[in-house]
Amino acid sequence: MVVFEKPKALTDAVLSYCPGCTHGIIHRLVAEAIDELGIRGDTIGVAPVGCSVLAYNFFNVDMIQAAHGRAPAVATGIKRSDPSKIVFTYQGDGDLAAIGTAETVHAAARGENIVVIFVNNAIYGMTGGQLAPTSLPGMVTQTSPYGRDVENAGYPMKVCELLQNVDGAAYLERIAVNDIKNINKAKKAILKAFKNQVEGKGFSLVEVLSTCPTNWGLTPVKSLDWLRENMIPYYPLGVYKDKYAEKEESK
Amino acid sequence: MSEKVLMKGNEAIAEAAIMAGCRHYFGYPITPQTEIAAYMSKRMPKVGGVFLQAESEIAAINMVIGVSATGKRVMTSSSSPGISLKSEGLSYLAGCDLPALVVNIQRGGPGLGGIQPAQSDYWQAVRAAGHGDFRRIVLAPASVQEMVELTFKGFDLADKYRMTTLILADGTMGQMMEPVSLDMGEVTATEKSWALTGTKEARKPNIVNSLYLQPENLEKMNRERYERYQKVEENEVMFEQYLMDDAEICLVAFGVTARVSKNAVDIARQNGVKAGMIRPVTLWPFPKAALRKAAEKVKAFVSVELSMGQMIEDVELAIRCQKPVLLCSRAGGMITTPDDVLAKINEANEIGG
Repeated sequence: MVVFEKPKALTDAVLSYCPGCTHGIIHRLVAEAIDELGIRGDTIGVAPVGCSVLAYNFFNVDMIQAAHGRAPAVATGIKRSDPSKIVFTYQGDGDLAAIGTAETVHAAARGENIVVIFVNNAIYGMTGGQLAPTSLPGMVTQTSPYGRDVENAGYPMKVCELLQNVDGAAYLERIAVNDIKNINKAKKAILKAFKNQVEGKGFSLVEVLSTCPTNWGLTPVKSLDWLRENMIPYYPLGVYKDKYAEKEESK
Repeated sequence: MSEKVLMKGNEAIAEAAIMAGCRHYFGYPITPQTEIAAYMSKRMPKVGGVFLQAESEIAAINMVIGVSATGKRVMTSSSSPGISLKSEGLSYLAGCDLPALVVNIQRGGPGLGGIQPAQSDYWQAVRAAGHGDFRRIVLAPASVQEMVELTFKGFDLADKYRMTTLILADGTMGQMMEPVSLDMGEVTATEKSWALTGTKEARKPNIVNSLYLQPENLEKMNRERYERYQKVEENEVMFEQYLMDDAEICLVAFGVTARVSKNAVDIARQNGVKAGMIRPVTLWPFPKAALRKAAEKVKAFVSVELSMGQMIEDVELAIRCQKPVLLCSRAGGMITTPDDVLAKINEANEIGG
């Protein structure tokens, strides 16, 4: 009896991520959500530039690879072309919160009926560990060798908090994949985001606090600890906006 | 069916796009092309299409990429500074082999420049917009009727060769009103088995992508693409010849300057100077063979441009510098007059003598 199978929405390709990186978990959660909603044949994904640039090899659905930061605009085109398709982007922090800030904010403002999976590991992974828009104050990276000096590099971007005030956003939740409990919560959030799209509820973004053992210079286990001790206090977990829950409450 | 209506160039492009089956338009306001967006915002909802004003030129071209990836006809339009911003997307369109129609109603530059007509994006159009090895088809209409015809044809060419067609016009052409016939005939349907339409769990996923980490693969893709470009060069060159049979001076001009040059040719001939004109309609592929042939007979060429001299280099390349090529140039939004051109014809006649 098989009790644990690979989701059908993942291909057989071997993931290109470093050992201990949590991208693999997040890929799986996205794929499980697609499987559970029975939408694999109608889903189109948009891969970013960054560590997950090769996501088009891993998700077993039609995929496009977008320019750095432009995934929400590409997703907008796809969704506007055929609203019956389920369209998601999978983006990292540099892609979404630095070079693609305008595309992110305006896709939310338009209430585009898409899902954005935002993987925040506070660093540029693919280029080898540079300062990200979400790197923590004092965090040492290749381009902040003395630690992030907020007087020089400014403060980290808190994306859920930023989008909270955008009327068009329907659902915003920040989750983490550092332990089983949080992974279960992450699963629910990602499933809800896709379900929102199926139900035509509009822009859903799930921010996933993730690790980068390679560029953080920590073991996979210590990375999970670092995430819990440093990232979660700066980026509190929880639902930042749920337009439809608010409506139901106000009834 | 040759009933004509009076239309502004910009609006004619927009209506022709709708006739060509384009139901998705994304743009950003910029003078002097905003009428295209305004027209689309009125028309698209009436024909079941999508008009969306994007947050930026960059977002607009990426929305174009999204629609094109699903296999549908799509366009955007802008003016010079906006095309600079779209350059990244133009490169990705090429790298992904996606068809699209892009319109540039040029204004003077560089920088914010001005808002008066120019042709100073010639290099950008035929060479520069976007990184990497690629080409795009560049069409230069010289009348509102031609704006309609080339927009219609531009979509067909884009689909046929899976590449971008750029309509390169200028502020004069965009704002000018002329009677046009909108009878363009049937839309050509193109099979797009590569499009992202959802697998329906009945086929393998389609992937639209420009990333090839293995250099051998990237080179192979580029070579295959250039084989396609070769076919475009062989099959799709368009140009008009005006009084070239016995011409001794050959003007080369496109778009609005071709209209001015035509007048200058007529006046020169009244004065006894045998001038003629070759008007490239496709700026890429450039009518190299026609120019080379002309070089066997004429004394000199004059490249007439609303720029500091850009197309002149393609003329010199095409004729392998066999004959003198003079430049008749206005820039920064100034328009060439027939007298300017006539003076250059006379100069060419003397030095070529």
